[in-house]
Amino acid sequence: MSIVRTANHRPAASAHRRRIDPVKAASFITLLITTFLMLLPLFFMVSTSLKSKKEMLKFPPTFLPESWAWSNYRDIFDTLQFGTLYKNSLIIAVLTVIGTLISSGLVAYGFARFRGRGNQFLFVLVLSTMMLPYPAIMIPQFVLFSHMNWIDTFLPLIVPAFFGSAYNIFLLRQFFTTLPEELFDAGRIDGCGELRMWWTIALPLSAPALATVAIFAFIYSWNDLLTPVLYLSSSEKFTLPVGMASLTSSRFRIPPWHLLMVASVLAMLPIVTLFALAQKQFVEGIVLTGIK
Amino acid sequence: MYMFISPWLVGFLVFALYPILSSLYYSFTDYDIIHPPKFIGLANYMEMFHNELFWKSVTVTLRYTLVSVPIQLLLGLGFALLLHQTIPLRGFFRTAMYFPSMVSGVAMSLLWYWIFNPQIGLFNYMLSWFGIHGPSWLMNPDTALYALIIMSFWTAGSGMILFLAGLQGVPASLIEAANLDGAGRFRIFLNITLPMISPVLLFQLIMGLIDSFQVFTQAFVMTQGGPNYSTWFYVYNLYTSAFKEYRAGYSSALAWVLLIVVMIFTAIIMKLSNRYVHYEGGGRR
Repeated sequence: MSIVRTANHRPAASAHRRRIDPVKAASFITLLITTFLMLLPLFFMVSTSLKSKKEMLKFPPTFLPESWAWSNYRDIFDTLQFGTLYKNSLIIAVLTVIGTLISSGLVAYGFARFRGRGNQFLFVLVLSTMMLPYPAIMIPQFVLFSHMNWIDTFLPLIVPAFFGSAYNIFLLRQFFTTLPEELFDAGRIDGCGELRMWWTIALPLSAPALATVAIFAFIYSWNDLLTPVLYLSSSEKFTLPVGMASLTSSRFRIPPWHLLMVASVLAMLPIVTLFALAQKQFVEGIVLTGIK
Repeated sequence: MYMFISPWLVGFLVFALYPILSSLYYSFTDYDIIHPPKFIGLANYMEMFHNELFWKSVTVTLRYTLVSVPIQLLLGLGFALLLHQTIPLRGFFRTAMYFPSMVSGVAMSLLWYWIFNPQIGLFNYMLSWFGIHGPSWLMNPDTALYALIIMSFWTAGSGMILFLAGLQGVPASLIEAANLDGAGRFRIFLNITLPMISPVLLFQLIMGLIDSFQVFTQAFVMTQGGPNYSTWFYVYNLYTSAFKEYRAGYSSALAWVLLIVVMIFTAIIMKLSNRYVHYEGGGRR
């Protein structure tokens, strides 16, 4: 699996084939060591998640579980209401993705297809909101949503997504502007309105860009901790990050280490799946938006 | 046209412009979210400058940023340079380097909470291979912030992807020409590669700074700002004063200071970039 495809796949010149480049040899060894260090925590995350409560407290930590405690993956559902947390997070993330695709898709189309003076000014305004730190606006937003009686509901986590977000508008607009004008001319001759052209021409042709937007909207919602911490107060409404964060609280005299790791493994599962399914869009999204 | 952009327009007015302006107003008031705000002029800003926790949070955040952001950039660039070469197992290395970035914020915090545990954790065990007796990391005010900085290096792989994309944009013909002229690897890097990827470097610097000013998850999950306020990050301070102490007026003042700092940093870096950053096409933007 290569993360970024490169163009320089040319075969090594035959004259140099036998000679080992010392810089490359040193690079290779450095990479081996760093990769080992990078992957080690992940390895322990998985192996620890399968250790028994007793083995967990052993020092030095065992590399592989002495006896594989698969039951940990069942216990997490009892200890942490893990099923509820997972379900809540999924509902919120999926609705956020839908809202983002519809709204950012519409808005991006508006900015890509219509070029007026006011339009350009507004687009600069969109770009400037990219830098806006959430903590800077969270208090008035909280006041606003509490006036609407939305506290302890999923609405504050979902509804803003239906009004477009700057990064996604930017990304989709760039994509829409690359679509050939002739397509839309043809559509107009056939008597299509703009809304229909958006739905039948622009959106289907932009599937890769929409996938990128969907992936990142999902990840953002899935990982968000601060917003649900502010808005959700009853435990049956908690999202996965909020519920997981409670594992380190003083509620436990000794943290249930094995369960911490089970939760972490299960939490990263959807993201790894997305990465495996749509690696190209995943990488493009990082490159285009800088969201990590 | 306005039909298409109206969702954003409404969203911008309701979820961005209105909050920005009303938080400016709140910052001049005494406000507990429940009772109506009372105007008190600059008192919140005056208090900030005498508030020990405010200065603590500024120091903690700046120390974290100054160490973590540059090293993360260097690591990302370093990995990218290593992996831009044709090298065996390249695809595996790239994926492996990026993989940690897929562990979400809270999951990553829980994992490293264990890694840094002085009794059973991985980190001190690995240090013991080299005969080092490690400190108690998150439980020690002198080392807690460094533990979080070390943890931040683990996700340098996502920066690597941006740098790799940037490196692909450097025309091979330029490098070959320099090679023919007898320039060494280091000179090629310094005089061709580095200027060519400087926009990527700049972009990552801005994003890195802005992210780092907003650290919250680690403080919330791993340390609760402690021990002894050693990881009392700016946004954690903002969060506790607004939602634990219900001092929304004072917190709005904190929010505005954050907003202004982010704007100033972005403006400075943009300004510098006109001078030092190379953009393809020759023209300076």
